[in-house]
Amino acid sequence: MSLISVEHLTKSFGGIVAVNELDLTIEPGGIVSIIGPNGAGKTTLFNLLSGIYQPTAGRIFFADEDVTDLSCHELAGIGLSRTFQNVQSFMNMSALENVMVGCHLHSNQRFIDTLLQLPSIKKSNRECRDTAIELMTYVGLKDYISAPADRLPYGALKRLEIARALATRPRVLLLDEPAAGLNPRETQEIDDLIRDIAKQGTTVMLVEHDMKLVMGISDRIIVIDHGQWLAEGTAEEIRHNPDVIAAYLGEQGRNR
Amino acid sequence: MNWRQPHTGGMVMLLAVMAVLPLFLDNSFQYEIAIKVALNAAVCVGLNLLIGYTGQISLGHAGFFALGAYSSAILTDRYGLPPMAAMLTGALGVGLLSFIIARPILKLKGHYLAMGTLGMGVIISIVLNQEADFTGGPDGMSVAALTIFGWEPVTEFQWYWIAVGFLALCVWLSLNLINSPVGRALRAVHGSEIAARTMGIDTTHYKVLVFVVSAVMACLAGSLFAHYNGYITPSKADFFYSIELVTMVVLGGMASTFGAVIGAVVLTVVPQVLTVFENYEMMVFGGVLMGMIIFMHKGLLPTLSEFIGKRFHEPDKR
Repeated sequence: MSLISVEHLTKSFGGIVAVNELDLTIEPGGIVSIIGPNGAGKTTLFNLLSGIYQPTAGRIFFADEDVTDLSCHELAGIGLSRTFQNVQSFMNMSALENVMVGCHLHSNQRFIDTLLQLPSIKKSNRECRDTAIELMTYVGLKDYISAPADRLPYGALKRLEIARALATRPRVLLLDEPAAGLNPRETQEIDDLIRDIAKQGTTVMLVEHDMKLVMGISDRIIVIDHGQWLAEGTAEEIRHNPDVIAAYLGEQGRNR
Repeated sequence: MNWRQPHTGGMVMLLAVMAVLPLFLDNSFQYEIAIKVALNAAVCVGLNLLIGYTGQISLGHAGFFALGAYSSAILTDRYGLPPMAAMLTGALGVGLLSFIIARPILKLKGHYLAMGTLGMGVIISIVLNQEADFTGGPDGMSVAALTIFGWEPVTEFQWYWIAVGFLALCVWLSLNLINSPVGRALRAVHGSEIAARTMGIDTTHYKVLVFVVSAVMACLAGSLFAHYNGYITPSKADFFYSIELVTMVVLGGMASTFGAVIGAVVLTVVPQVLTVFENYEMMVFGGVLMGMIIFMHKGLLPTLSEFIGKRFHEPDKR
């Protein structure tokens, strides 16, 4: 059983076809990276998978169920979460509350209970807080638990987003450029974190430009170019694939 | 009960102020101000849920206030409903109306949402002005006295307790709402709508929910005002009243329930105090507003509590 598969997935913005008749299959477990030159359609693919965009054509399946028409929050409900390339933290809240929002799906959301602050709401609050503290510790943000989100440095925000996404208890975690803007040390820490998340059983899909990170961490790599499938394989296979080299370096690169 | 929680402490302080205040009020004019403050504050507490916490502006909430006032006036006068039944029918009607309006209007963002809600308020105001057969037109109409299960409040003192009681209820509900998963969902909508959605939050649902809650609070406050005042004109649906309400929320401090109350206190009381300046009243009032926005742009309560916090314990810098 494949975890995610897309069939003939197409997304066009006016005349620009960002994702073009794309087919791919993601097996459960491990770390899968999506790479490709700038404008290949990686982020668009993530936005399609997470329900932020509706595809122009094609279908998306999650655990063999057609989820093409589900909206963003419904997809989160069945186990798909993500982070953003340009961080989308809730700057009006504390760091801890950011992660607590991630627990939303697993807490009491009934309106009447909320208005009367019934014990079940207090229990939900307590559980959210405990989970959030645990997750912040897990991603290495123990020092920022009581800090407002807008006081966090960029590298910490990136990890805060991962903690927040983990709080939804995803089956698949889409990470959109988790290492962008980080220094080598921070990149190494993110690398370790992603490996550990995958080891805990969450399938990780990664879009990333840092090739050192991608090549080292990925169980499988899928290359797309001009919105189309180009190649798939292990790091070693991709590194030597002439089509991939051509896509990145131009036709002349193929002969080197 | 956890006393150290700011919510509990704030609530206790609010109730204490409410209980002590009558000792300092010695004429009916001062009571009248206090009652108006409480009703304005109740509207602001609801509006703050929408504007301050969820980040969705409304320039039309005076419309809901007026609809509450007029439904109480019309349903008791023309249809002979008991005041409490009229009030609840009005709240139900406004709840339904705001629910229907919310979905299309809250698709708008920023300036466009401001325009949309402004239009909504203006339409309500026009209807109240024009449907003279029902509303008495621009001249307004008188409103029957309030009776609560046969008891009729007559003195200013009794009305004071009704108004502050209603305010305390609104504050309590607002605090409960914010300190919950639903409340965090609302604030997440403010922070980043797209990220909120990827956390499994149905943002449309929550925006509609908070819009309806704030509309119903405004509506109930309007009903109480109508009964208290005994007379109602369409001026309460006026655009300027909507702006005043938003200003109270912003001035008191966005995303702060007690801030909204303080904003209502300041903006209702200050104009009364400023009457000593006679002809220059509006000028001084404008100056006070400008000064506050420039020097305390986060709002009164957040700025002050930050100031006090800094004096008593310097937060550790990371």
